[in-house]
Amino acid sequence: MIVELGHFALILALMVALVQSTLPLWGAHRGDARLMALAGPAALVQMVLVSASFAALTWAFVVSDFSLAVVVSNSHTLKPMLYKVSGVWGNHEGSLLLWVLILAVYGAAVAAFGANLPARLKARVLAVQGMIGVAFLLFLLLTSNPFWRLALPPLDGQDLNPLLQDPGLAFHPPFLYLGYVGLSMAFSFAVAALIEGRVDAAWGRWVRPWTLAAWVFLTIGIALGSWWAYYELGWGGFWFWDPVENASFMPWLLAAALLHSSIVVEKRESLKAWTILLAIMAFGFSLIGTFIVRSGVITSVHAFANDPERGVFILMILAFFTGGALILFALRAGSMEARGVFSLVSRESALVANNILLTVAAFVVFIGTIWPLVGTMLLGRDLSVGEPFFNAAFSPFMVALALILPPGAMLAWKRGDIGRSLRGLIPIMVLAVALGALAFAMQTGQTALGPIGLMLGAWVGFGALADLWARTGREGLGARFARLGRLPRADWGKATAHFGLGVTIFAVSAMMSWKIEDIRVVQEGETFPLGAYEVRLDKVEEVQGPNYTSTMGWMTVMRNGETVAVLNPEKRIYPVAQMPTTEAAIDYGPLRDVYLVLGDRQQSGGWAVRSYIEPFANWLWAGCILMALGGFLSLSDRRYRVAAGARRVPAGVPAE
Amino acid sequence: MKRALLLLAFLLAATPVAAVQPDEMLADPLLESRAREISRDIRCPVCQGETIDDSNAPISRDLRLIIRERLVAGDTDAEVVDYIVARYGEGVLFNPPAEGANLVLWLAGPALLLAGIAVAVAAARRRVAPDQALSAEEEARLQEILKR
Repeated sequence: MIVELGHFALILALMVALVQSTLPLWGAHRGDARLMALAGPAALVQMVLVSASFAALTWAFVVSDFSLAVVVSNSHTLKPMLYKVSGVWGNHEGSLLLWVLILAVYGAAVAAFGANLPARLKARVLAVQGMIGVAFLLFLLLTSNPFWRLALPPLDGQDLNPLLQDPGLAFHPPFLYLGYVGLSMAFSFAVAALIEGRVDAAWGRWVRPWTLAAWVFLTIGIALGSWWAYYELGWGGFWFWDPVENASFMPWLLAAALLHSSIVVEKRESLKAWTILLAIMAFGFSLIGTFIVRSGVITSVHAFANDPERGVFILMILAFFTGGALILFALRAGSMEARGVFSLVSRESALVANNILLTVAAFVVFIGTIWPLVGTMLLGRDLSVGEPFFNAAFSPFMVALALILPPGAMLAWKRGDIGRSLRGLIPIMVLAVALGALAFAMQTGQTALGPIGLMLGAWVGFGALADLWARTGREGLGARFARLGRLPRADWGKATAHFGLGVTIFAVSAMMSWKIEDIRVVQEGETFPLGAYEVRLDKVEEVQGPNYTSTMGWMTVMRNGETVAVLNPEKRIYPVAQMPTTEAAIDYGPLRDVYLVLGDRQQSGGWAVRSYIEPFANWLWAGCILMALGGFLSLSDRRYRVAAGARRVPAGVPAE
Repeated sequence: MKRALLLLAFLLAATPVAAVQPDEMLADPLLESRAREISRDIRCPVCQGETIDDSNAPISRDLRLIIRERLVAGDTDAEVVDYIVARYGEGVLFNPPAEGANLVLWLAGPALLLAGIAVAVAAARRRVAPDQALSAEEEARLQEILKR
């Protein structure tokens, strides 16, 4: 019964979305305040209905209702409760319902907190948001209905893919979706502005928080996925340039570009047309990401559910929204007059350079991702593109970005003095080069990647701090420290996020160049050296878990004879899904992780053991957290809260 | 459903159990590190998204052994790669060589970068120019006004 109610609520939500996407748009065109006012309540009702539907599906998973096809193929009575709940979105149908739910929540947020938006703009934004809702609700109901009943329910389910039964991955999809769908808000605002034919500073101020929030969520989602790959996949890698990873990385790059260009719109009323285009592209790439993941056109380790019919449907959605928005853009972009002029050397130009580099980098990821498809469809060749290509073709743009970031961030608006910002950064430059040289001297005969990464990371990271410090003025130390605390949160957010980027750059190159790997056969009781450590395999035993059996090793990590940690790497077998997994055991440390993996039993009686020293692995996650934190700090800046109240438009806008 | 099962089979094959096995490894550390270097650029032919270095599929093990056999036989790295490509097709190369149609792949990024810079500079010039200089028409009008 509850399941039927959920199904029914979903259909009702589609009807409401249809109303939300048409009548307010018509009202905005005709200047009919009553029709425009329909948008808000419709968005709220849609949110309530989709929430009810989502709750019904969650309930079905929690009580293991095996009359539902989705529950049968993705759940099992013995599964821990956390994974029963995360199983709701651990599959195609449920994850799309989550997609639609987040979309509806964002729409409702505009309806609830957008009281100060001009009525016309608000109606149009919500209408566009409603159209996206219609498209995805249709997709859900027609091709991927999660409420499909089975005539003959089985006694138990087939279990969720054991690889997905993991706390890191339980929350990875929701964050990614919050990001993807958050970009739909930027898209809706962009399309509404195109319909309106007007973009001003207030528009920039409205778009920026949504983009920032989407970017923050994408950062967290990507970091969670990367962390999961690091500890779960069992060879210590954190990024594989897999099509599905790229699908989330492209929107992240474009969102980063968009949140920077919308600063220029907000502060300088320039780059308007470009920002609109970027907003369209960012959401377009979110849709392309959904298409890549859901259609399976590009095969990937992640392809858990794919189906050509669904792929075609998403392709149609993509064509409609991106194509429609681009046509609208072509018609209306001319009317977006830039007001602020700026010279070639200025903060604006630095942000343009940032945008070019990020956009081109996203494009390189895109072409690398679809190249195998191009090879098959157009060239008739079987081609693969992987890590070596991306490392070679993508990294130079990030290096260039890192190089220009610190001086660019310190340039003045409108007309800057590059010499002045570089002079302020001389100590940072010296520090960065010295650190790089030190690293180069300490490592012997390894790649230059590590030292260069350290240099760039220090340049960006300390450059961000120098930028913050420069904002405190020129008085005495005491006054400057006092002012540091009074700086707007946006400044702190900028410094934190840029600092986090520096940490990330350093950690990525450190992990790529200073990793130590050891593969060998170890007898029980045997000790072997690993970098500066010794590792002893004490014993291996069979252990019974809640829904798996485990072959667990006890391994002691020692340094100079003293025990550092006792680790339990495991090999698990999930009998229901008939699937083995490897659980690496990791001793996390501030400067290195010791990473142990238990392999197969050898004929000689020993065990295959893979061990790694992962240098600065925690710095990578810390860098991502700092970037996300910087975004949150910026979001909480006073100007968004004050502006929300100050620009309040009287409730009843007179009809023209 | 059959497709899904097939994929599941691949996933099973691709599950993260130790990839390179100790018994495969060569005693000579130099040769072994060359073998690792090569195998990181070769795609596992049945699992698409993984290198043979990471993959646990039997065919990846075969490929890893072939690489080591060829290296022991005295092949250069390039010869080993050619040997594998001749048997398994260019699809196993994760790093498509920058020649022929693949040039598009390699040059697309730099080309777009140049285009982006050109557009941005042109736009900046257009934006700045009116600030700095008057057109001939404006100049004439200015002279006219000044004469009065």
